[in-house]
Amino acid sequence: MLEARGMSKRFGEHTVLQDINLSIQRSEVVCLIGPSGSGKSTLLRSLAFLENYDDGEVFVEGELLGYDRASDGRRVRSRPSRLSDVRRNMGMVFQQFNLWPHLSVLENVMEALLRVRGMKKDAARRLALATLEKVGLAEKADAWPNRLSGGQQQRVAIARSLAMSPAIMLFDEPTSALDPELVGEVLQVMRQLAEEGMTMVVVTHEMGFAARVADRVLFLDQGHIVEQGPPMTLFKNPQSPRLAQFLGNYLERNSLFEAAPALNRVDD
Amino acid sequence: MAHASLWQRCLTPRATIPKTLTWSAGIGVWLVVIALWALVTYSGLVRSIFLPTPTAVLSAAVSMIGDGSLWKDIWSSAQVVLYGFLLSSAIAIPLGILMGSFRLAQAFLDPLVNFMRYLPVTAFVPLFILWIGIGIEQRVTVIFFGIFFQQLVMIADISRGVSQDLINASYTLGAKRRDVVTHVLFPACLPGVIDMMRVTMGWAWTFVVVAELVAANSGLGYISLKAMRGFQVDVIFLSIGLIGLLGLVTDQFFRLLRKRLTSWAL
Repeated sequence: MLEARGMSKRFGEHTVLQDINLSIQRSEVVCLIGPSGSGKSTLLRSLAFLENYDDGEVFVEGELLGYDRASDGRRVRSRPSRLSDVRRNMGMVFQQFNLWPHLSVLENVMEALLRVRGMKKDAARRLALATLEKVGLAEKADAWPNRLSGGQQQRVAIARSLAMSPAIMLFDEPTSALDPELVGEVLQVMRQLAEEGMTMVVVTHEMGFAARVADRVLFLDQGHIVEQGPPMTLFKNPQSPRLAQFLGNYLERNSLFEAAPALNRVDD
Repeated sequence: MAHASLWQRCLTPRATIPKTLTWSAGIGVWLVVIALWALVTYSGLVRSIFLPTPTAVLSAAVSMIGDGSLWKDIWSSAQVVLYGFLLSSAIAIPLGILMGSFRLAQAFLDPLVNFMRYLPVTAFVPLFILWIGIGIEQRVTVIFFGIFFQQLVMIADISRGVSQDLINASYTLGAKRRDVVTHVLFPACLPGVIDMMRVTMGWAWTFVVVAELVAANSGLGYISLKAMRGFQVDVIFLSIGLIGLLGLVTDQFFRLLRKRLTSWAL
């Protein structure tokens, strides 16, 4: 349902993504991992056309994203209305929550339902409350976003996307801006989404989450997909030296926790 | 010792102090200023044609309130400040947000604005008198030119400071470009815009006096100038004090406005 063919992206002389081929099936959960600067966030943002890719193609449910075919076969940038049409099936969650600060939690979730979907106020309100209930924040409906903890804000951001009933959700390091003790509640919501069959692409540093929830893990380095496969295959038996090194760094950092299992927040 | 003494707290960088002490200190500074003023004037240390006694200033106030002239002059100055400030803000706020958000608007306006904002408005006063005369329009123009370009630059900065991902998040939820400007950018700029107004309002009060000193027939700057000619130093002090007070009042107004309109911001 989401497919990239030979996608490349350059910033000036610098190539950030090179010949990315990727196909994501319905209900699949794909985690993108890799060192910082590997291009994983750029890849995710290109999949939502927040970055315009230079070569190749991205298809969302069979529709070309961001470009149209002109009559002579050349591709031209889509009009904004066409772009948001193709994007309507995608939800995206960012590292810095990005709730609208001047709207209450409930209004944040209702806003797009009213303005984009054109729903009636009552119906939008019911749907928004139900979605907030799902992320466990119905009782915060009337609060201002700035009064909530980071973890709560991120759950509202998830609810805001979710209320638009997207077919696929993209997460750009959703827990990287959070205090460690707030990461768990956000991952819990994401895990629940995955279990309900949501198609998800997640850029993350949470290896525990990738190991338990992902169907497939992609390791990116220097703009290439270096290795991919089921998480356990990848983590237990990395083929490329870069991935082995990356996982090694990660494990070393976390070996501190092994002496004190109670500190390990990635729980079952 | 379990608790630091109050004295220790006062000497600790950034330590909080009790509210009553904050208030007392705020009132205390005025008591000190007035006491010093009283000391040097009543004792005859400074001659009264240079520095009037507090009672002289008060009695000047009483007599000018009595004949109604004070209200007229206060209103005259306040009116000019208000018109100039509102006119400037009404244009600068939308234009500044556009300038911070649309590259073409920025490319078009930046060279002009950055030239204009370095020109001292005082240099324009003779030209304004030539063009517009010495009526209220001239003084409003001085204020407008004094603050408009500064406001524009400040608002463009505020609007540029709105996170790109806040806009991106709106796009991924289906927002149109127009929605992003009116429903995302404008509200996100609001707290910064009110803070900006609070700052530039202070400048407007400065420019009104400049305008009135040069060419006016009413206003607090004008009575100052008139008083100087008659060596009425008490009236000069009164007018300075009143401008300070009016500034304080408008400042509090914007503080309240910020609290009321943008209680959602931190």
